[in-house]
Amino acid sequence: MTKRLFVVLSLFIVAALLLTACGQKGVECDDPIGCVVIGPNEPVHIAYALVVAGPNETLGIDSRNGIEIAISDTGGEILGHPVQFDGEDTGCNAEGGQAAGTKLAADSTIVAVIGTSCSSEARVAMPLFSEAGFVVVSPSNTAPDLTEAGNPNNYPGYFRTAHNDQVQGRVAAEFAYNVLGVRRAATIHDGSLYAEKLQEVFANTFAELGGTVTTQQAVDPNQTDMSSVLTSIAAGNPEIIYFPIFMPAGGFIIRQARITPGLEEVYLMGADGLFSPDVMQGGGAEVEGFMVSSPLVQGPDYDAFVAKYQEMFGTAPISIFHAHAYDAYMLVKAAIESVAIVQSDGTLIIPRQALRDAMAATTNFDGLTGNLTCTPTGDCADPYIAVYQYHAGQYPPEVIWQP
Amino acid sequence: MFRTWRQKITMTDIMVWIIGLSIAVVVIWGTISTLQSGKYSAASWFDLVIKGLALGGVYALIAMGYTLVYGILRMINFAHSEVFMSGPFTAVFLANALQSNGFLSRQPLLGMLAITLLSMAVSMSVAILVERVAYRPLRNAPRLVPLITAIGASFFLQYTFRGFYGSGFEAYPTIEALNGYWRIGAIPLFKTQAVVIIAAVVMMFLLYAIVMWSKLGKAMRAVSEDKEAAALMGIDVDAIIVFTFALGGAAAGAGGILYILQFPVVHFYMGFIPGLKAFTAAVLGGIGNVPGAFLGAMVLGLLESVGPNLFLDGLGIPVASQLKDAIAFIILVFILIFRPSGILGERLSQTKV
Amino acid sequence: MQNQYTDWKQALRSGLLGGAITVLLSLIGIVTAFSNTYIVNKVISFGELLIVGPIAALSLVAIQKARARHPGLLILTAIISGLTSGLVILALAGLGQVINLRAMFLNASNDLYAIYAYKQALVPGLLLRLLVSGLVGALVAGFTLLPGRIKAAISQGLLYVILVGLMGRLIGTVLNTWGFVAILFKWMFVANSLSPIGAIFLFLLTGGLAYWRYGRPKTKQITDPKKQKLVRWGTLGGFGLLLIFLPNILGMWFSEILDNVGLFILMGLGLNIVVGFAGLLDLGYVAFYAIGAYTIGVLTSPELGFFNLTFWQAFPIALIMAFLAGVLLGLPILKMRGDYLAIVTLGFGEIIRILVLSDWLKPWLGGTQGIQRIQRPVVGIGEFSITLQSQQQLYYLILAGIVLVAFVAVRLRDSRLGRTWMALREDEDVAVAMGINHVATKLTAFAMGALFSGIGGTLFAAKIGSIYPSSFQFLVSINILSLIIVGGMGSIPGVFVGALALMGLPELMREFAEYRYLFYGAALVAMMLTKPEGLWPEARHRLEFHEEETPPPEESEAVPESA
Repeated sequence: MTKRLFVVLSLFIVAALLLTACGQKGVECDDPIGCVVIGPNEPVHIAYALVVAGPNETLGIDSRNGIEIAISDTGGEILGHPVQFDGEDTGCNAEGGQAAGTKLAADSTIVAVIGTSCSSEARVAMPLFSEAGFVVVSPSNTAPDLTEAGNPNNYPGYFRTAHNDQVQGRVAAEFAYNVLGVRRAATIHDGSLYAEKLQEVFANTFAELGGTVTTQQAVDPNQTDMSSVLTSIAAGNPEIIYFPIFMPAGGFIIRQARITPGLEEVYLMGADGLFSPDVMQGGGAEVEGFMVSSPLVQGPDYDAFVAKYQEMFGTAPISIFHAHAYDAYMLVKAAIESVAIVQSDGTLIIPRQALRDAMAATTNFDGLTGNLTCTPTGDCADPYIAVYQYHAGQYPPEVIWQP
Repeated sequence: MFRTWRQKITMTDIMVWIIGLSIAVVVIWGTISTLQSGKYSAASWFDLVIKGLALGGVYALIAMGYTLVYGILRMINFAHSEVFMSGPFTAVFLANALQSNGFLSRQPLLGMLAITLLSMAVSMSVAILVERVAYRPLRNAPRLVPLITAIGASFFLQYTFRGFYGSGFEAYPTIEALNGYWRIGAIPLFKTQAVVIIAAVVMMFLLYAIVMWSKLGKAMRAVSEDKEAAALMGIDVDAIIVFTFALGGAAAGAGGILYILQFPVVHFYMGFIPGLKAFTAAVLGGIGNVPGAFLGAMVLGLLESVGPNLFLDGLGIPVASQLKDAIAFIILVFILIFRPSGILGERLSQTKV
Repeated sequence: MQNQYTDWKQALRSGLLGGAITVLLSLIGIVTAFSNTYIVNKVISFGELLIVGPIAALSLVAIQKARARHPGLLILTAIISGLTSGLVILALAGLGQVINLRAMFLNASNDLYAIYAYKQALVPGLLLRLLVSGLVGALVAGFTLLPGRIKAAISQGLLYVILVGLMGRLIGTVLNTWGFVAILFKWMFVANSLSPIGAIFLFLLTGGLAYWRYGRPKTKQITDPKKQKLVRWGTLGGFGLLLIFLPNILGMWFSEILDNVGLFILMGLGLNIVVGFAGLLDLGYVAFYAIGAYTIGVLTSPELGFFNLTFWQAFPIALIMAFLAGVLLGLPILKMRGDYLAIVTLGFGEIIRILVLSDWLKPWLGGTQGIQRIQRPVVGIGEFSITLQSQQQLYYLILAGIVLVAFVAVRLRDSRLGRTWMALREDEDVAVAMGINHVATKLTAFAMGALFSGIGGTLFAAKIGSIYPSSFQFLVSINILSLIIVGGMGSIPGVFVGALALMGLPELMREFAEYRYLFYGAALVAMMLTKPEGLWPEARHRLEFHEEETPPPEESEAVPESA
């Protein structure tokens, strides 16, 4: 039995190998990195590469929900073609990024990828995506190197709607030093690339301005008991603690800081990772006065978005990058519409390099997260960062400062 | 026996001792230099100790599930962290419902009781279900096989509850009656922590009483000693095993409520870390031993909250609290070098063979 | 009368259980999530299968447990079971109309009820659902009454249709790389699922094959030893050729899976020595993997810039480091047994992960930001050298590693050392009393295991090019442990089978996106329940499970001379 199977299999394989040589015929396309040809009634394929399973999944699922709302808001189609939206879990680690990247890169029908969730994934998956000719828009990568000109991690085709850590960390430090008038700061990160870089930028800027950074601490994202780290911070008598991390660890710090001797009156500040209704719930009464820096997402558009989110997924937004993901999809859609060539029979031809150029040329795009303008290296976020303050039992938090 | 001991004292033994002693030296040196630097006040240390004990209380109740099941089946119930998660993750909906209609602030005691009972009931049912589906068919398989089904069940349960309630976080309402603190001299003692420690001690005593003095507990210990003999004595072994799982599950459910009093955010992945810690605590105390689990949990809780600042700060290691789990595990190795069967464990090597 | 009464009860109970399982799957959300994932395009979706499947399965249970033998009674039993399940589903839908279940269960949405009601108006739709449930029971009963041959054909055909339908997208990914051949199969697939014609064709093909094969002897036993040898070498040669061409046939994505499986085979072979041969439960095996990977990273990455060695210069140092770490871990735990050992090794794994993550060691190990731009291995000399970079190229390096490690593992198993490991595993006290030096034995087991894991780590670093602490979670240790037990503890071929099953499966299950761990967990439980001795057990262990069976003949070659 097995022997016969082998013979058949090997014959089959040899045949396949021979036939591989005769590849598919190309459609006329003068784009340097090729075109996507979408026949009449065929869908426009947009994929996600987000972390949708595992301990960090709220990050990616929230983004994916944002994209799904964007698709539904635009009628589920681009230029009369339905949108095929599917993708891969990236696990928020390098090997997951590589696996997902390889799989998606093998699918030549994909026009654009929305992802990745974590910067470590982007560093591994981007070479694959870039080689495959995709446009990639990340709703939540914030590592500066990804869009730094000349950095080997800055690949062609990469864009992001999330804020570069350089921008947000600087704003937070300036706010603390100039507006709050504090001179002693402590920082906490959670071992994620996002938090570590953000607190580093904050600390450097704060020191440049003339303040003192008493200590730079770290916690585990799954840690619940923060007493040792908070006691250690209290020993340096800071006036502000900056912890740009996520829920639930951020909520635990908010709660436990107030019951740590020496930290009863300290300012607490986070970043957009803690801009979420979960903070209001998880922080309890102690959330009063907690500040976060975040892009200005407010107004009727955002309210309508949240209402739709509630209706479609049965819950309030579970993380923070849904609006960035929404904008990411909208950017891609607008870019496709501007470069796609519609033929008389309904066939859509999307030249890949032209699509990248169109993305890079985005200026003053009116999105949920502000006016988006892309830089040549891929930073599309509106650098307009506001500071919000939470009040117990009230969401969204109050805007207390904007540039 | 004596002769083999003589033979055993070799280079390797000396090296093991050197490892142990160097750990001890580093710890003592770090402690002395931290205390000398005077960076932390006495109030800070007291605060850390109380928080450590409260954390230990939660670990203790989860560790019960590991230790009871281990005592009977000689296997690690890896799905127990999910048993722990299921209770509070379900009861949060009751808690929020009670909060929104004002019952919880009017009758905090009754409300908490209802929430605790629901949490215990859910955890208990999950524990029983896991036993029925994943362990009972493998009663006579080698001991690593149920370990794998436990891991499988653990994944399945995590993602089942994730499917039920979503992957976001749910927060418990604040129980106003437990807000604030009592003062002991100049030092504040927070009500939640006091309640957690007291409740943990009471529940541990209750569990100990059940195991030691109730008829079912006696049957449990009989099954633990020898399943066949217990069956011959007319004990329904299957029923006792189910009871053991139920007891462990209920303890985990109650532990879950103590957990949310301190850390009131629940999500589907919340069981993993406390489960791992509780398992560590159970082993540290001597697995299969009820008071041992309690002691191990308290030691672990203390190590986690006091350890980084006490041992490492003086050595000038930055970001000491990031290393707190590493410290806990190193101390664990240290204890196990000198007591290879845990703090209160019997000499397993002799009794088991 | 008594019999029939219990049959009734059994039917009701099965029906309730079937309904409960369906409701559970619905509330988890997979019914809704896969309602548009078609197995057969526009005919049956995976979501629908998840509703009907449990009902059908439990009807089958009801029939099998029924005491009555009369066909009519059996059909009645199955119908009752099916109808009961249908009622349970209806009850959920009804309850959902009365109270807002969605406040608690996110997936108790109107979409779900609409799926229950076949997207019709609720009341007639649900009645249709009830009818279908009963019908499913009846069909199952009818199926059991068929002759065995037809039963085999139908079940085989259905199984293939479901599997191929589910894996439609994956099959598409492979076929796309085959160019012309793809056209041959295009008509079978529509939008990543089987086309109705394709489904019928596949059903008839596989069903027919099963029908034809039914009752025939499986294979002729070849008794002539010369021929046996020829067949064995032939198979081996064919297999080797297949392995060499595999990445080109299957394309980049499958090469990625193969690479991952390969890495886990490497580590599985190492852990198999520690757990399978020597019986030492190690839950922190990931530590050596991390040490191997980080040594390569620190020594080769120009970003850190300490040494700037090439991959091959750093490689032996990484192995030495892993080996020494194995000895270092082995020392303090010599006296510990069972679960004490497990927890200390677990702790060791965590300590390593925390250390590489820590800000304290960040200047040397990169901390959170990891180590990037790790040098890839270069093979060949002078102008003929190439840098192994893509997954397809690295596949060969991993393959070479596996061949080497597997060879060493086999030799070790059959060596004197291997037998002392097994003696220690069976009974430590007796082994020591027989004069085995348990210190040296345990330490070599740990060190060899660590060494193999270190090789895995170096190859991982080479494959991925940048390493982060998040790649070295406790979960990795658990996965490796699972794969050697699923494969069959102590069995070297078992490691291969286990790695394919546990590492390949979740990759293939990527179709299920966020539900893949759910299916993975269920598969893990199911595999252990059906084959507790493992998929390819070691000959010795197979004996323990099936004492009545005679030992397979190969064993006679491997029997040790005596220890």
